[in-house]
Amino acid sequence: MRFADLLEFAWQVLRGSISRTLLILLAMGIGVAAVVIVTSLGEGARLYVSNQFGSLGSNLVIVLPGRSETSGAMPGVLLGKTPRDLTLDDALALGRSRAIRRIAPLIIGAGDVHAGARVRETPVLGSTSELMDIRHMEMAQGRFLPQGDPRHSQPVCIIGVKVASELFGSRTALGEWVRIGDRRFRVIGIMSRQGQSLGFNTDEIVIVPLAAAQALFNTESLFRVLVEAKSREQIAAARADIEEILRLRHEGERDVTVITQDAVLATFDRILRALTLTVASIAAISLAVAGILIMNVMLIAVTQRRREIGLLKALGASGRQIQLVFFTEAVMLASGGAAAGLAVGEFGRSLAVQLYPAIPFQAPWWALVAAPATAVITAVLFTLAPARRAARLDPVQALSRR
Amino acid sequence: MIRLAGIERKFAVGGEMVHALRGVSLELAQGEYLSIMGPSGSGKSTLLNVIGLLDRPNAGTYELDGRDVTGLSDDELARVRREKMGFVFQFFHLVPRLSAEQNIELPMVLAGIAPAERRSRLERLLADYGLADRARHRPEQLSGGQCQRVAIARAMSMGPPVILADEPTGNLDRHTGQEVMALLERLHRDGGTVLLVTHDPEIGARARRRLRMIDGAIISDERAPELTAGLAAERTAVEQRERGTSGT
Repeated sequence: MRFADLLEFAWQVLRGSISRTLLILLAMGIGVAAVVIVTSLGEGARLYVSNQFGSLGSNLVIVLPGRSETSGAMPGVLLGKTPRDLTLDDALALGRSRAIRRIAPLIIGAGDVHAGARVRETPVLGSTSELMDIRHMEMAQGRFLPQGDPRHSQPVCIIGVKVASELFGSRTALGEWVRIGDRRFRVIGIMSRQGQSLGFNTDEIVIVPLAAAQALFNTESLFRVLVEAKSREQIAAARADIEEILRLRHEGERDVTVITQDAVLATFDRILRALTLTVASIAAISLAVAGILIMNVMLIAVTQRRREIGLLKALGASGRQIQLVFFTEAVMLASGGAAAGLAVGEFGRSLAVQLYPAIPFQAPWWALVAAPATAVITAVLFTLAPARRAARLDPVQALSRR
Repeated sequence: MIRLAGIERKFAVGGEMVHALRGVSLELAQGEYLSIMGPSGSGKSTLLNVIGLLDRPNAGTYELDGRDVTGLSDDELARVRREKMGFVFQFFHLVPRLSAEQNIELPMVLAGIAPAERRSRLERLLADYGLADRARHRPEQLSGGQCQRVAIARAMSMGPPVILADEPTGNLDRHTGQEVMALLERLHRDGGTVLLVTHDPEIGARARRRLRMIDGAIISDERAPELTAGLAAERTAVEQRERGTSGT
């Protein structure tokens, strides 16, 4: 039997019982679509988290004042004192480590930003010129904070695009003066649109030199110190150096918390990947169910088509040819269902993207391969028994019944 | 061309052994026209199925064209059936979802014959059996006689030397039955070996050689006397004609 004829023959059978065919396609399609959509959601969440960390900067080590411990009460409560502040001098001292490339101390607060008659309350970040490289920021216009001694400040600021449009409308913001609190700053740069990154929307903030922020918010203590290690391999060394340097400066107390984004990212990555796999395998169960449905339908077909099978044998079909006919039907059903499922899955994915544009929903390649493959393989496996039964059918008996 | 010796066939039906064929021996030459008659359950259909290689005997030997076919594998049997046997059934056994021409084409499709060759054979068969205007009709749109013509055309599509007809007129009215018999007899005149199972004595009497069976055994094997004389001469003529057309 020629392959084209085999396909044609199976096609005639499938077209002959259209509702049966459509129901199986539906079952297979739902299974495949479920796998595709579920893995798209999982993979989207994973990529979202990893992008968020990536936009923080690479090889990033974050230093927080205070030590987060899992012991019951805060150590400060027991000892009757709050954790020691993290100061600019602490941050600058970190530059002694060979594993560290850049350091950006960070102060954060909220301030009213005035421009002419307009006023807007925004988060105000105080930092140094290094921040730009550590956080991978990009400028739309102008330049970032000037380099120089972080203890002294120039009256300049960088604003986000949204702040710029709200304060200045369509006018040029670059070179204009804004007032924050009782200080005046000249706008020397506008950040390009970057969107959300772990809590900050860079479109909505104002960045001023560190010393200016210290004066504005009347504080010496830093919110964070962002540190960039020289390479991925140096992250561990940088972390050890930071802890050692700060311990010495803080009279032997380990009162800072050091977070490496790699560790956090890897954990998130593992959790989300495991979650995706779990949910995908639950969805894959529906494929197995669809396989059982195919088996059921094939068993019924063998009974219903006894006469036809007997006839095919009388006309010179071997048992193998009969099996082949059944397998072809099953594979056609499964691949049709898989194709429909992929299409529906893709539709569902694009729908999710429409609803949540921030999350990069996309089915991982392994799911796009595994879902249709599982569909076809289960179809073939579940057709083994019915096909064998058909091939063994006694043609004399099959033909003798009306 | 067909030689059966000591063929036995037993079935277990509901825990009881049914002896469908008891030591049947039979020799058939190419181009013979044989009818098998007998009451129901006498084993005539079983004999036909054994000859058509649809059924395997429990004992005995079956030689087809000098070759023992009792031990052939499933695949080999299928090939021999495809090439040498044409079946015609009482209930036509057309595939309901396929059109008349697709039904006729089925053995050629199973044999893997190229579409162009199939097409040309199909055109000839449709013309020969007066089915050209019914080619695209489905079995449900055809009369009983037309269905049986489709079935005969299908049986002949691989040009088999042996035609096995099991009650071919059993489901047709008298007039249509006569037409179908005329077609089968034309195949015989063209050199085909025709085996006909029937319980209608009038139909059975048309054959030159008549077997009667009771309880799985052949009780009589008679030849129409007025025809035996010319049989040998006619057979050689037929064989020559067959050799002439076997290339097509």
